[in-house]
Amino acid sequence: MRDRLYRIGTGAGFSADRLDPAADLVERGRLDAIVFECVGERTLAFAHRDRRRDPALGFNPWLERRMKVMLPLCARHGTKLITNMGAANPRAAAAKTRAVADALGLSKLRVAWIEGDDVTDRIEMSGGMVGANAYIGADALMPALAEGADVIVAGRVADPSLFLAPLMMHFGWRADDWPLLGRGTLVGHLMECAAQITGGYFADPGRKDVPDLAHVGFPIAEVSADGDATITKLDRTGGEVSVRTVKEQLLYEVHDPTAYLTPDVTADFSKVSIAATGADRVRLAGAGGRKRPDNLKVTVAMDGGYLAEAEVSYAGPGAGRRAELAGAVVKQRMAGVQGFNDAVRIDLIGVASLLATADRRGDVDLATDARLRCALRTGDRAMAEALLWEVESLLTCGPAGGGGYRGRIDPSVTTETRFLDRGLVPTRVHWL
Amino acid sequence: MSRCVPLREIAHARAGDKGDRSNISLWVEDPRHYHAVKAQITPERLKSEFPRLMLGEIAVHALDHLCGLNIVADRALEGGVNASLNLDSHGKSFSFLVLGLTVEID
Repeated sequence: MRDRLYRIGTGAGFSADRLDPAADLVERGRLDAIVFECVGERTLAFAHRDRRRDPALGFNPWLERRMKVMLPLCARHGTKLITNMGAANPRAAAAKTRAVADALGLSKLRVAWIEGDDVTDRIEMSGGMVGANAYIGADALMPALAEGADVIVAGRVADPSLFLAPLMMHFGWRADDWPLLGRGTLVGHLMECAAQITGGYFADPGRKDVPDLAHVGFPIAEVSADGDATITKLDRTGGEVSVRTVKEQLLYEVHDPTAYLTPDVTADFSKVSIAATGADRVRLAGAGGRKRPDNLKVTVAMDGGYLAEAEVSYAGPGAGRRAELAGAVVKQRMAGVQGFNDAVRIDLIGVASLLATADRRGDVDLATDARLRCALRTGDRAMAEALLWEVESLLTCGPAGGGGYRGRIDPSVTTETRFLDRGLVPTRVHWL
Repeated sequence: MSRCVPLREIAHARAGDKGDRSNISLWVEDPRHYHAVKAQITPERLKSEFPRLMLGEIAVHALDHLCGLNIVADRALEGGVNASLNLDSHGKSFSFLVLGLTVEID
């Protein structure tokens, strides 16, 4: 049993990922497990914001839709579903999952949820804290797997740990076999962003052309008992699994490749070999590992007031200069008339926006389609509204030919990083 | 004879974020170009190209056997994903910022 390959797929690589490739993967992929990795710094902050508004919320907003589609498929094919869609409220997420399962006649599905990543009561901040979550590891999931969970719903489990735990359980890897855990962590790291290893976040027409991007398939890892793995995808799906896609994902959000820190291990990706072994098949070997860190990383979400953004467009000859003038007017009026003295960001989309701070600017005199974007952050709702008013009023008071005004105000949560001794972060499995 | 090319013609890249730290991995397609790129894409070069963006320490980790460089730039995301006023608060587009740099190759 333990000699055979373990087949694990990715059903989501971020909060808002697609559902149809996940369903396809369970239907045709003969998977042992599928992982939905749905928490990032941004989405966890949003989840805390939602939970603060309503204690029954704070988990992934797509959870119910995903479970309705996935639970019957997973039950039919004997595929475990492991997810951190619980975000800031795994208890409520698990209750929703149980309700979906029961409504579909799947009352035999064993649903577990993991408590313990919420460490809000163990972090001291000088006011404004919304919530704090420790990155917990594979060890938090092991008791649920040992007792035969079909579905595991957790909160801030570190992304690769969601994949490592079922591998450890299947192959009987010891929790201090650092090289093996390093290899399993490489699998998790490569898989955690779903389509980012199968041709998503990759295409650059003319330089890197990807087949049928509209139907990009999600990845499968075929893992052997020694931790080496082949990454592949289903036939009749779009995208590609190639040495180039695997390379780009190898260092995605990695800093020092010799020391990728997770709650489970200090993984070493610096000597990994990557080889194409067939169409859309890439073989990985050579990851290493050393002892896990003593401390767990904690993401602290803080009340960030409001983010206000407002936009208006100019087109035709002189568009760039008109948009530029409009921006200067908003800046003058926010300071002089509204009394706002913090930063107001002014972008000219089409001339300089995403790379403006890097001083990469198009020629404002050549622009024939320029969109002014103004943005600010403030704790004062009235000031957020003032920005929208100033931009909208450009329609009659600003430069000629301005149209297409849009404005939005979003409550904002900022994040900070802290560390906690892992002894202060016990975890527990609950069954529903 | 050496020539000057944009990195996009000889390499590919991907950007990611953690807090206010950006990392951009850069992969040179032809091993014959790798050492020239490695010699020219240095922390000093990046700092002088983007002085208002990359405010903190910059490290470049090399994976020679894969012809890859990992650029790690502290305080390079205008505060990070939940604090930045940049439309692209993750700095996802910074891979193409680096691919827009030119290098001399043989």
